[in-house]
Amino acid sequence: MEIFGVPLNALYAQLLLGLMNGSFYAILSLGLAVIFGMLNIINFTHGAQYMMGAFVAWVLLSRFGVNYWLALVLSPLIVAAVGIVIERTMLKRLYHLDHLYGLLLTFGLALVIEGLFRVQYGISGEAYPVPEALTGGTDLGFMFLPNYRGWVVVASLVVCFATWYIIERTKLGSYLRAGTENPKLLQAFGINVPLMITLTYGFGVALAAFAGVLAAPIFQVNPLMGSNLIIVVFAVVVIGGMGSILGSIVTGLGLGLVEALTRVYYPEASAVVIFVIMAVVLLLRPAGLFGRES
Amino acid sequence: MKISGNLIASFVLFGLLLLAPLAREAIYPVFLMKVMCFALFASAFNLLLGYTGLLSFGHAAFLGAAGYVTGYTIKALGFPTELGLMAGTVTAGLLGFIFGSLAIRRSGIYFAMITLALAQMVFFLALQMKFTGGEDGLQGIPRGKLLGFIDLRDDINLYYFVLAIFGGGFWLIYRTIHSPFGQVLKAIRENEPRAVSLGYDVSKYKLVAFVISAALSGLAGSTKSVVLQLASLTDVHWHMSGSVVLMTLLGGVGTVLGPVVGAATVIGLENKLGDLGNWLAGATGINALSTIGEAVTIVTGLIFVVCVLTFRRGIVGELAALVKRSGVNVKSE
Repeated sequence: MEIFGVPLNALYAQLLLGLMNGSFYAILSLGLAVIFGMLNIINFTHGAQYMMGAFVAWVLLSRFGVNYWLALVLSPLIVAAVGIVIERTMLKRLYHLDHLYGLLLTFGLALVIEGLFRVQYGISGEAYPVPEALTGGTDLGFMFLPNYRGWVVVASLVVCFATWYIIERTKLGSYLRAGTENPKLLQAFGINVPLMITLTYGFGVALAAFAGVLAAPIFQVNPLMGSNLIIVVFAVVVIGGMGSILGSIVTGLGLGLVEALTRVYYPEASAVVIFVIMAVVLLLRPAGLFGRES
Repeated sequence: MKISGNLIASFVLFGLLLLAPLAREAIYPVFLMKVMCFALFASAFNLLLGYTGLLSFGHAAFLGAAGYVTGYTIKALGFPTELGLMAGTVTAGLLGFIFGSLAIRRSGIYFAMITLALAQMVFFLALQMKFTGGEDGLQGIPRGKLLGFIDLRDDINLYYFVLAIFGGGFWLIYRTIHSPFGQVLKAIRENEPRAVSLGYDVSKYKLVAFVISAALSGLAGSTKSVVLQLASLTDVHWHMSGSVVLMTLLGGVGTVLGPVVGAATVIGLENKLGDLGNWLAGATGINALSTIGEAVTIVTGLIFVVCVLTFRRGIVGELAALVKRSGVNVKSE
């Protein structure tokens, strides 16, 4: 069976790939949105932190023999710790300034981190093996599902919705939302807002690193893996708007699928389709699909 | 009496640049030409960041696209040099109109992200389209003859031509900043809602500033492609967009001469970093320092971090503040 001249199997395979890329967009844009909500900073280092997540997992495996599942927990914690040091020593000094300085600082940090990894590991990239439990694939009847790709989609969705649940449905989340709305008032109620800001940054960074570990077995673990991705994620954030958690998730997944469909039907445009959609959204709905006009 | 420190410093600068070819044994004309191209680029960028308060993270697109168009029209279509430069500049202006129309719909951080994303689109297009030469870029662009009789293959002829372009562009930016139009831009930078309430069509002003900035960045890119006879993906890459932000920030955002100083420092550093690393390694005995040359991005990033954390007024801004404290009335704007 074919749809517009494309065999159904190939179409499904591409859609799965799109869903997988979309999961990465979703986790990364979610992290950006969480950080932006609390710190009012666009974290340009996000791509570098995603790359660090993958590298830490690779180093853990190749040097210390730490397996994938443990790395999935350890690597985000390690990268988040580095992020917290950055927040405490540098970002903290910029909160009273124009938000653009935060962007510039994190941009500089991204260059430093990327450069350090490039000097240390070169640009050829390292291979990370797919964990044994997830090798091979499953025949679903209508298509062949590589297990690891399925796992990436499921794991990302679980993490995304857990984040949504924490922020929208728990007491801690309510503090977070209150801090986004009015940090001074929250501080007056006796909540340690600076600590919360630090932990929020750490959490956002951990999300990026988690995505990095998920990505390690699929893509080459490469110092430059984050920087190109992060620009696409910026476009995703502009399209979705950073006002809503669910909005980030839906936009991320949706754009991954759109990109996949473009790759099937008009491959030349697949690299730019998200940017084109961004331009159209800006014309029709400048605040973004889920954004609030401020 | 009010001394315009800028005017004096500018005259000194251009006087030195006029005389520079006398010392061509010490300073390569091609290096100076490259610096001038980037100085124009950074000055054009500063018109937007420093005087309108808009942070564009996609200015590489204008520099790069103009370079490609100039290179292609001269090399493949046989345009005379001056027409090729014009074609590049106009292209960048049009591109600036498109980018600007979209990006001014949002402000602040979103503005930066939108320009970055649009520039990345231009990067992918440059990578895929046939006329740009993809990964190889356009190489061996002929310099041609100016007005049909001045041979630009001669470095000194070309040097004075580039100096004239840089001077013209610099003067245009200076005039724009000090015109009533420039005053409105500064008003928008300082307090946008107030500018709106005073009846200014803020979007229109922003857009015009964006187009001027883009076109002049394009002129810089076009000139650069003639000087180096090369248009490549480096010029459209987002690193370049970051680089021009750094030049402006390091020199001094919102100062007339800051971007020139910043561009000279950054380009000089990129060219000399290897020597510097070797020298440091020799002086301190730490061998690791000799690898500094390979790690331009690390050093660039570090300068970024230091600038943002401790040095936000930039070199020229700090100097002006220093002079001001000593009692002489100097304007750096």
